[in-house]
Amino acid sequence: MSVDTKLPFDQEYVTNFSKDRQEPEWLTNLRVSSLERAEAIDLPKPDKTNITKWNFSSFDHEKATSSDTTYDALSEKVRELVGKEENANTILVQENGATVFARTEEDLQNQGVIFTDIHTAVQEHSDLVEKYFMSEAVTADENRLTALHAALLNGGTFIYVPKNVEVKVPLQAIYVQKGAAGLFNHVLIVAEANSSVTYIENYASENASETVANIVAEVYAADGATVNFGAVDNFSEEVTTYVNRRAQVMGRDAKVYWSLGQMNDGNTVSDNTTYLVGEGSYADTKTVSIGRGKQTQNFTTLIKHYGKNSDGQILKHGVMKDSATAIFNGISKIEHGATKSNGEQTERVLMLSEKARGDANPILLIDEDDVTAGHAASVGKIDPLQMFYLMSRGISRKEAERLIIHGFLGPVVNEIPIESVKEQLIEVIERKVY
Amino acid sequence: MTAPNLKVEDLHVSIEEKEILKGFGIEVNGGEIHAIMGPNGTGKSTLASALMGHPKYEVTSGKATFNGEDLLDMEVDERARAGLFLAMQYPSEISGVTNADFIRSAINAKREEGDEISLMKFIRKMDDKMNTLDMDQAFQHRYLNEGFSGGEKKRNEILQLLMLEPKIAILDEIDSGLDIDALKVVAEGINDMRSDDFGCLIITHYQRLLNYIKPDKVHVMMQGRIVKSGGPELAERLEAEGYDWIKEELGIEDETVGE
Repeated sequence: MSVDTKLPFDQEYVTNFSKDRQEPEWLTNLRVSSLERAEAIDLPKPDKTNITKWNFSSFDHEKATSSDTTYDALSEKVRELVGKEENANTILVQENGATVFARTEEDLQNQGVIFTDIHTAVQEHSDLVEKYFMSEAVTADENRLTALHAALLNGGTFIYVPKNVEVKVPLQAIYVQKGAAGLFNHVLIVAEANSSVTYIENYASENASETVANIVAEVYAADGATVNFGAVDNFSEEVTTYVNRRAQVMGRDAKVYWSLGQMNDGNTVSDNTTYLVGEGSYADTKTVSIGRGKQTQNFTTLIKHYGKNSDGQILKHGVMKDSATAIFNGISKIEHGATKSNGEQTERVLMLSEKARGDANPILLIDEDDVTAGHAASVGKIDPLQMFYLMSRGISRKEAERLIIHGFLGPVVNEIPIESVKEQLIEVIERKVY
Repeated sequence: MTAPNLKVEDLHVSIEEKEILKGFGIEVNGGEIHAIMGPNGTGKSTLASALMGHPKYEVTSGKATFNGEDLLDMEVDERARAGLFLAMQYPSEISGVTNADFIRSAINAKREEGDEISLMKFIRKMDDKMNTLDMDQAFQHRYLNEGFSGGEKKRNEILQLLMLEPKIAILDEIDSGLDIDALKVVAEGINDMRSDDFGCLIITHYQRLLNYIKPDKVHVMMQGRIVKSGGPELAERLEAEGYDWIKEELGIEDETVGE
C-alpha cells in the first residue's frame, strides 16, 4: 500500500514557476514532462527500508527571491557555517533555494571556472548545463523522487572546471532550509580533463516544520580529473530527506573522493553511487552517520565498475543510539570486462543502545573473473575492555565513550578538506551523541 | 599529605564462577616497592586486574582500602583518580584516539574543570618523559597502542605512569617481552618515581627486573595467595634455585589455583 502522493502542483504551476525564473525552454519542458511522469512511477526502493509511508508530499514550494546580503546580515547559525568573513572568499549561501550570499575569486573567473547558483547557470550557461543536467549520473525518469526533483527544482549550484585547471581553494556551499519550505536542490559539477576541484557543502534547517528535502548531486569527471566532494547533512527531525549523490567517472584515470557526514535528524534515504567507467578510474567513498531519536535511515553506497583497472573503496561508519534504525548497504558491482579491477568495502556500526537497530550489509556482485575484491562488516557495542582501559586512567565513563566514538568516526571526519567544516562536523557529532 | 596506603585483606576473587584468589593479603605504603613473584597460573594477574576493577573479575569476599577508603566500592575511574594505577600486561588498542589526546584527557580527568593542564606544559612534560623512556616522538600522534609492538606497548604503559604520577602503581608483568636495554630504560623510569609519595607493586615471574629496581619486600604467590615473604634476598634465591624448595618447604604439590 502506498500513501496518496497527490501534489498540489500542476502543469500550469510548474510552467509559471519556470517562466518566472526566466529559464530556458529545455528546462521548462523537463519540469513539465517530469511532473507528469512523477505520478506514474514508483518511489525508489532502498534495500531493507520501507519508505512508502514517509512524507514526500507535504511541503511548501514558493519562489524565494535572491538577494546578495552582507555577512553581518546572515543569521548566527549560518555565519557559524560560513566561518570567518575574511576566509569566506569562494562561497555560496542559499536559503530555501535563493542565494543570499555569494563570493568568488576573480582568479577563478579568469581561468574559466564557473561557480554559481543553478538559477543563474541555466540562464548564462544554458547549453553547458543542459548537456549534463540529469543526463547520465541521475535521470529524471528513475523514480518518483528524481522526477519530482526535476519538476520542482528550486536551488543548487553549478561548478564547471575547464581542462587543465586546478582549483586550489575549496568551493563551499551552504544550503539552509527554513520553515515548511521544501528544498529541491541540485548540485552539478563538471570537471574537464586533468582538472581538479574540491567542493564542500552543508545542509541545515532553521525553524523547520514538516517538510521534504530532495537533493541531487551529479559529478562528471573527465580524463585525469580529480573531484573531492565533502558534505555535512544536518536537517532537523521534521525534514524527510531523499539525497542522491552520484558520480559519472567517465575519464581515464579520473578520481572522485567522497567524504560525507550524514547527520540528519529526520528520516533519510541516501543513495551515493559512483560509476567507474574510465580505465584506471578511482572512487573513494567515506561516510559517517549517527542515528538518534526514532529516526529511520537507509544509506546505500554503490560503486559500479565498468572500466579496466578501476578501483573502488567504500568505508562506512555509523553510530546508533536511542531507538533509531539504520541500514548500511555497501555494494561493489564489477561488470564483465572490468578486468584487474579492485573493489573493497568496510561497514562498521557501533550500537549505543539496546533499542537501536543497525544493519551492515556488504554486497559484492562480480561478473568478471580477473578482479580482486574484499569486504568487512561488523555491528557491535563498545568493547568493555577498551572502556576498562580508558577508565583505569581516571577518565569517566562518559568521556571514555566520547573518545571511543570520536575515534570510531575519525577515519572519515579527518578526511574533510576544510578545517572549519571539519570542526563543525565534530561539533554536530558531539551534539548528536550527547 | 599522608603517605599512600593500599591495604588488601583476605581477598577472594572469582572469574566465571571459578575462584582464583583465595585469601590474598598485602599492605603497600608510600616509599615501598613490593615484588610479587610466582610461577604461571598462581593468580598474580588476577590480583592486579581485580584491584583495578576489571569487569570480568568478581570479588566474592575480603577487603581492600586505598588511603583508608573502600577501594572495592569505587568505579574504575574513581580508583584511578584516587591515585591507583595499573600498567597492564595486555593494554587495549583504541583506533582513532591519539596517544597524546588520551593522556591529556587522563591528566585533565584528575583536575578540576577550568584547571586543565596547559598545552605547553603538557607538551614539555610529554617530551621529557618520552626522552626518559627513549621513545620516538611519533608515538604521541599514533593511535593508542594500535600497531604497537609488545615492547612499545609496555613502554607506553610506563609513559602513562610517569605522566599521571599515581600514588600506588601495580605493574603487571611489565618486563615480559622487553629486551635487556628496554628493561633498563623502563626500570629507570620507575626509579625516577621513587619517593615517599609513591608505592609500587611489581608483578613478575623473573628476577631480572629486580636487578634494576630494588624491591623492599618480595612475596611469593601460590594457589591464589601469598605463601612466603622476605627481602630482596628471597628474589635472588628464587632466581638461583627456582620455586621447588618453597613447594617442598610448604608441602605444596600443585602451586596453581587449580580446578
